[in-house]
Amino acid sequence: MATDAATVEQWLDRMADEIRASVGDDVHDLLIVGVHTGGVRVAEALHTRLGARDPLGTLDISFYRDDFTRIGLHPRVRRSELPFSIEDRTILLVDDVLYSGRTIRAALNELFDYGRPARVLLAVLVERAGHELPIRADFAGTRLELAPGQQVRLNHDDLGLSLRDARTGDPIDG
Amino acid sequence: MVEAGADVQLGPDGRLRHFLTAEGLGRDRLTEILDLAESFAGVHDKSIKKVPLLRGHTVVNLFFETSTRTRSTFELAAKRLSADVLNLNVQTSATAKGESLLDTLANLQAMQCDLFVMRHAESGAAHFVARHVAPGTHVINAGDGQHAHPTQALLDALTIRRHKGGFEDLTVAIVGDLLHSRVARSEIHALRALGTREIRVVGPRTLLPNAIETLGVSVFHDIEPGIADADVVIMLRLQRERMEHALLPSETEFFSRWGLTPERLAHARPDAIVMHPGPINRGVEIDSRVADGPQSVILDQVTNGIAIRMAVMALVAGTAPREARP
Repeated sequence: MATDAATVEQWLDRMADEIRASVGDDVHDLLIVGVHTGGVRVAEALHTRLGARDPLGTLDISFYRDDFTRIGLHPRVRRSELPFSIEDRTILLVDDVLYSGRTIRAALNELFDYGRPARVLLAVLVERAGHELPIRADFAGTRLELAPGQQVRLNHDDLGLSLRDARTGDPIDG
Repeated sequence: MVEAGADVQLGPDGRLRHFLTAEGLGRDRLTEILDLAESFAGVHDKSIKKVPLLRGHTVVNLFFETSTRTRSTFELAAKRLSADVLNLNVQTSATAKGESLLDTLANLQAMQCDLFVMRHAESGAAHFVARHVAPGTHVINAGDGQHAHPTQALLDALTIRRHKGGFEDLTVAIVGDLLHSRVARSEIHALRALGTREIRVVGPRTLLPNAIETLGVSVFHDIEPGIADADVVIMLRLQRERMEHALLPSETEFFSRWGLTPERLAHARPDAIVMHPGPINRGVEIDSRVADGPQSVILDQVTNGIAIRMAVMALVAGTAPREARP
């Protein structure tokens, strides 16, 4: 199910419309925060479309993962950058894929260490069935179901998506 | 035993299990620790200065020698990683009643402590403890005798990298009492592994260890040529308390020949930074006008110490799966 970048750009246009319709006049006041690494690229695309006044925020949730003692710590953890106060603001949290919900759980925990936002909305390109936590996307480009060994991943060079073998990372055709 | 740290500190999977010495760690691993520390520096920006990495871990600060800076930055680092911290001032505890080091350790392990941060007057003490702790327990050397103080060396390396961008083009001068300095020894190992162009040791003959040039450093016995055109000047504390013999005539004379004054510092590069592991002896090895001057990064070193200690604790405690613990 490879999806080309042009299609994903259309999803993003539609998501931006939905976000505007949902948030209303305050849309320029949204604080947009992307989760490293894929989520940041998607967040950049939404940031441009929504004309957000504040700069883009980024989160690296490595220090908040619940599986770090099992998989060890990746040494190249990026610094989270939230160049604004989140106190009483509405946050649009953005990731590329929502699957188990553990990344978003970690991102919410980290976010709340910076302050108390008024509201957090979640936008993802792909909402994949198989949630392990009560976390749902408010805005999604697409919703899909995959076999357990499969993974959907953002292309390296553009916002297109490809289906990959979760273990080897090799592309799966079809 | 003193030099055999490298083999003890790595687990069978090659990951860092203890952190005992900078020696033998190699450029990649040292860079990995510096990078990780850099990402922890962002934790200071948050309103809640914590990350949950070591939640549920118990860190014991086991200090057989006094320390303010090192102990408190280890404590802050552990707390910012959400660990529970136990501070033991061992001079006033059971060891004073005759308990052996291994008995103290066995008791702490029986209390399910996971990570020991240890300072001891005996060289090799942290290695000794590392050999005897249970699997899943970690030891970090916070200074052992005159042997090593590896987290200090790394926080100095981080400070240098933050100010100078790298190590390849740098001349670093380490000045003063190298004989008693575990900091200098760890620093030389770390800075060499990181590719520093030139490392100089500068001090009176009586305060330089024999055969120090075998560590790959150039030796100077006068401060002006020693720091000439240096990018980094690291002043060491004159360790009067460790001096058993009359190695020096007086502190005043030491300052007149070796103290870093603004006039002497002018021999270094104009953009040179001045470092000191603390505590500083004003008017002994360093003039207040330098210690408090624009080239001094002494307080940056303290701040960077927290990030480095967070990185080292996260790396060692993250290497053992918790479910595999006894």
